[in-house]
Amino acid sequence: MRRLFACLLILAAMPVAAIPVGTPLEFANPAQEEQYQTLIRELRCTVCQNQSLVDSNAGLARDLRRNIYQMTRAGQDREQITEFMVSRYGDFVLYRPPLQPNTYLLWFGPFLFLLVGVLVLVAVIGRQRRAHDRGLSAEERARLAELTRQRP
Amino acid sequence: MRLVVSFFVFGLLVLLLWAGLGLNPRELPSPLVGRPTPVFELPELLDGEGRFQHQALRGQASLFNVWASWCVSCRAEHGLLMELARAGVPIYGLNYKDTRTEAIAYLRRGGNPYRAIGFDAAGQVGIDWGVYGTPETFVIGPDGVIRYKHVGPLSRRVLTETILPLLQSLDGAAS
Amino acid sequence: MNAELGQVALALALSLALVQAVLPIVGAARGNPAWMRIAPYAAVGQFFMVALAFACLVAAFVSSDFSVRYVASHSNLALPTHYKVTAVWGGHEGSLLLWVLMLSGWGVAVSLGSRSLPLTMTARVLGVMGLVSLGFLAFMIFTSNPFDRLLPAPLDGRDLNPLLQDPGMIFHPPLLYMGYVGFSVTFAFAIAALLGGRLDAAWARWSRPWAAVAWAFLTFGIGLGSWWAYYELGWGGWWFWDPVENASFMPWLTGTALLHSLAVSEKRGSFKSWTVMLAILTFALTLLGAFLVRSGVITSVHAFATDPERGVFLLAFLALSTGLSLALYAWRAPKVGMGGSFAPFSRESLLLSNNVLLVVAMLAVMLGTLYPLAMDALGLGKISVGPPYFERVFAPIMMPLLFLIGLGSQTRWKQDDPMTLLWKLRWLLLASLVIGGLWPFAVGHWSPLTSGSLMIAAWIGLTVLRDIVTRLQGNAGHRGLAARLGSLKPSYLGMQMAHTGIAVFLVAVAMVMSYEEERDVRLVPGESVEVSGYDFRFQGTSRVQGPNYSAERGVVEVSRDGRVFTTLYPEKRHHPGQEMPMTNAALDRGLFRDLYVSLGDPLGGGAWVVRVYYKPYMTWMWSGCLLMVFGGLLAAADRRYRLASTRRVAPAVGTTSTSPAGGR
Repeated sequence: MRRLFACLLILAAMPVAAIPVGTPLEFANPAQEEQYQTLIRELRCTVCQNQSLVDSNAGLARDLRRNIYQMTRAGQDREQITEFMVSRYGDFVLYRPPLQPNTYLLWFGPFLFLLVGVLVLVAVIGRQRRAHDRGLSAEERARLAELTRQRP
Repeated sequence: MRLVVSFFVFGLLVLLLWAGLGLNPRELPSPLVGRPTPVFELPELLDGEGRFQHQALRGQASLFNVWASWCVSCRAEHGLLMELARAGVPIYGLNYKDTRTEAIAYLRRGGNPYRAIGFDAAGQVGIDWGVYGTPETFVIGPDGVIRYKHVGPLSRRVLTETILPLLQSLDGAAS
Repeated sequence: MNAELGQVALALALSLALVQAVLPIVGAARGNPAWMRIAPYAAVGQFFMVALAFACLVAAFVSSDFSVRYVASHSNLALPTHYKVTAVWGGHEGSLLLWVLMLSGWGVAVSLGSRSLPLTMTARVLGVMGLVSLGFLAFMIFTSNPFDRLLPAPLDGRDLNPLLQDPGMIFHPPLLYMGYVGFSVTFAFAIAALLGGRLDAAWARWSRPWAAVAWAFLTFGIGLGSWWAYYELGWGGWWFWDPVENASFMPWLTGTALLHSLAVSEKRGSFKSWTVMLAILTFALTLLGAFLVRSGVITSVHAFATDPERGVFLLAFLALSTGLSLALYAWRAPKVGMGGSFAPFSRESLLLSNNVLLVVAMLAVMLGTLYPLAMDALGLGKISVGPPYFERVFAPIMMPLLFLIGLGSQTRWKQDDPMTLLWKLRWLLLASLVIGGLWPFAVGHWSPLTSGSLMIAAWIGLTVLRDIVTRLQGNAGHRGLAARLGSLKPSYLGMQMAHTGIAVFLVAVAMVMSYEEERDVRLVPGESVEVSGYDFRFQGTSRVQGPNYSAERGVVEVSRDGRVFTTLYPEKRHHPGQEMPMTNAALDRGLFRDLYVSLGDPLGGGAWVVRVYYKPYMTWMWSGCLLMVFGGLLAAADRRYRLASTRRVAPAVGTTSTSPAGGR
C-alpha cells in the first residue's frame, strides 16, 4: 500500500515538460469557456487526495485539462466530455453525482430530512399549542405576572 | 420507540464506519472491465519503426502492464513479471509518459518481460485505458475484452489467487 | 532524555485522568464530599503533566532531536525556529497531544470557573471531562505515541509539509481544537445534569458561557482554516466541501443549534431534553471528525497519515462514549418535564425551527460526506460527492434559516402575533427587497439567487439595527448614546453582533460566487492581461532564496486606468525533498474586492501561466467570521453568568433583558 502511495505521488509530481501544457486558452465563444471552466471544477482528479482538476498540480490532471480543453474547442458538449471521463474512470470522477437509482437517497435524502424535520416541528408545536390553549397553571400565571412587572 | 430508532441508526453508523476501515478509498474499480480494449496505435518502444496496436492483444489471454522507468513500485513487480514471461505468459507493455532512452535503459538493467511495448510519451493512450497510477495490470481475454484490472505492484498472492487462474480459464474457454 | 520525561508525564497524566474520572463521579453518587473535592486537584495535576509532556515535545523539536521519530518525520535542521515550534502539531501524534493539552486546559478552566457551583455538579462535570481525557490519553499512549524513539537517529529530519509552513497554520489547529474540545465541556455539563437528574434553568445557565466560548473558537478555527486555504493553496477557493472541512462544519451546525436551544432552556425552561441531546450530538460529531481525519476511511487533502489500528480505537471510543451517553439519556431524560408552553408563533417556536433546520443541514452534510463510504461498503461502486452537490442541497435549507434570524429576535417569548409583527416590520421587508434587488446591479449582472441572498442579508442587518434602536429608545433612564449602549447586556450585543456577522458573511458568499472572475493565461514578460477593469502586467520572474526553500518570484504590476497602484509578487516555491512545488499567491486586498495572482507553470523563454482572479467582497467574508467570533466571546463574557451562579437561580425565568423590544 505504501509503495502504491509513493508511486502515485511520483506520478502526481512528474515533470510534464514533454507536453505542451498551458498553451494559452482561447475559446471560440464564451459558452465554450464557461463549459470548460465548469467541467474542470466538477471533475475529480483521480490521482490526488481530493481535488478537482482545476485545483490539482498533478501531471495527470494537466493532461486531462488539456483533453477537456481540446474536446471543448472541437465543439463537444458537456455530456460528451463527461461520458469520455466516466467511461475511463467511472462515476468516481464526477463531483456532481449522476441521478440514478444508487444515488436517489443521496439526492433526495436532504429533502426527506427536511420533510421529517418539518413534520416533527409541526407535531411539537401542535402539542405545545394544545398545552398553551389549556391555559396557564397557577405557577405559570405567577411567573407571567412577575415577567410583566419587571419590564420597564 | 424513538430511542430504539436512534440506537438503531447510531449502530448502523458505527457499523458503516467500521466497514469503512477495511476499505481502500483510493482503489477505483475500472469501468473498462468487461469491455473491449481501447483502440490505439503506438510506436513500438524498442523498435523505432514498428507499431503496436490493440489487435496485438487478441488471440490468446494476456497481460497488459502499464509501467515507466520513473515509477518506483514498477521495480518492485519487475521480478515477478520476468518470472511470468519465462513461464510463457504473454505480457504486453505500455510505457507511460517516459523517455525512450530511460525506458530502454530500465529494461536493459532489469530484463524485458514484454512481447511488445507501446511507447506512450504523451500519456494519451494511458488516459484511454483509464490509467491513474502506475503500475497497472490488465488481464485481457483472447477476444480482446478486458477481464480484470489490478492497480499497484503485483504480488505473488494476487497472481496465484486471481490472475493466473483467470488467464487459464480464459484460454480454456477459447480453445 | 526529554522524550522519556514526556513519556513519564503522559503516563502520570493518564493516571490522574483516571482518578479525575472515577473518584468524583463515585463520590457524587455516594455523597462523599472528600472524593468529590479531589476533582479540581486531579484536573490541575493532569493539566500540568500534559503541559510538561507538550513542553518536552517542543524542546525536542527546537533542539532537533531526530532520535524522536515524530520529530524526524516532521522537522529538519533548515526549518526556521518558529516553524519548528508549530511543527509540533503538524502531524497526527503531536496534534493529538495539543488536543489533550487543550482538553485538560478546559478542565482547569472549568474547575476555576465553577467554584460557586454545587459540589456534586462540579465533581460530575470534571469527572466526565476526566473520562474524555482518559480516552484521548489512552489513544495517544497506546496507538500514537509522539515520543517513540527512532534509533539510530537520522542526521536530518524530513521536512514539515510546506503547506503548513505559514502563519495561518500556526493558529488554525489550536483554535479549531479549542472549539472541538470546548464542546466536551457542554457535553460534560449535560451528562452531569443527567447523572444528577437536575436538568433545570440553572444547568442551562451554567452551560451557556461554555457553549458560547467553544462556538466562538470553533468559528474562529474554521474561518482561519478557510482564510489560510484561500491564500495558501493558490487557487482562490475558500471552502471545498472536503470531508475534513465537513467534519468541522457538522459540530459547528449542531453547536449553533445548541447555543440557541440553551437560550430557550435557560429563559423558558423548555427544550431541556432536546438541549441535552444536542450537547451529546455535538460532542459525538467532534469525535466523528477526529475519526474521519485520523482513520483513513476518507481521502482528503487534510487527512493525516493513517493506520487502521488508530481507526479502530477511535471508533470504539466514539461508539462507547456516544452509546453510553444515549443509554443514560434514555434512562434519565424522559423524567425531565417539558417546561413552559408556548404558542405556535413565538420566539420558542422560531428557535425550535432554527434547531430543526440546523440539524437537517448537519444531516445533509453528513449524508454527502458518508455516502461514498456507504456505497463502497455495500459494493455499489465508487462515487464522489463534491461542491456541486453540497451547494445544490445546502442553499434551500439555509435560506429559510437565515430569514428566521431576522424574525427571531423580533418575536416575543411565549406568544406573538405574526400579522402584527409583519406589519411592524413591513418597511424593513420592503427595504430589504429593494436593497437586495438593486445591489447586484452595482456589481454586475442580476441573478435571482444572488439577489435573494442579498435580500436576506439586508433583512438580517436591518432587523438587528431596528432591534438595537428600539431598545436604546426604551432605555430612557440613561442619558447619552454611549450610556444607553452601555446599558445593553453583553449577551444581547454578542448575539446581535454574531447575527450581523452572518449577514456580512452572506453578502460575501453571494458576491464572490456570482461575480468572481478568473483568467488563466500565458504571459511573456511585458505582456499584460485585463480582468474586471484591472490591468495586470507581468514583468517576469527572478529566483529568490528563502530560509529553507528556493522560489521563482513573479513580478506583476497592477494598474487601473493607466495608473499603477500596486505590484504583486506571487511565488512558486520548491522545498528540497518535496516533489510538488508550492504556489504562493499574492493578493491585493480591498474593502470591496481582492485581486489575486498566482503563478502556474513555466512555459520556457520566460513565459509563465499566470492565474489572475478578481474576487469581490472577500474581506467581508473574514470580517463576518470575526464578528461572529467576537459576538460569541462577548456573549460568554456577560457578567450575569458569573454572578448568577453564586445564588440559586429561579428556574425558567431569567432576567427580562433579552425579551424582545422592551416593554410594550
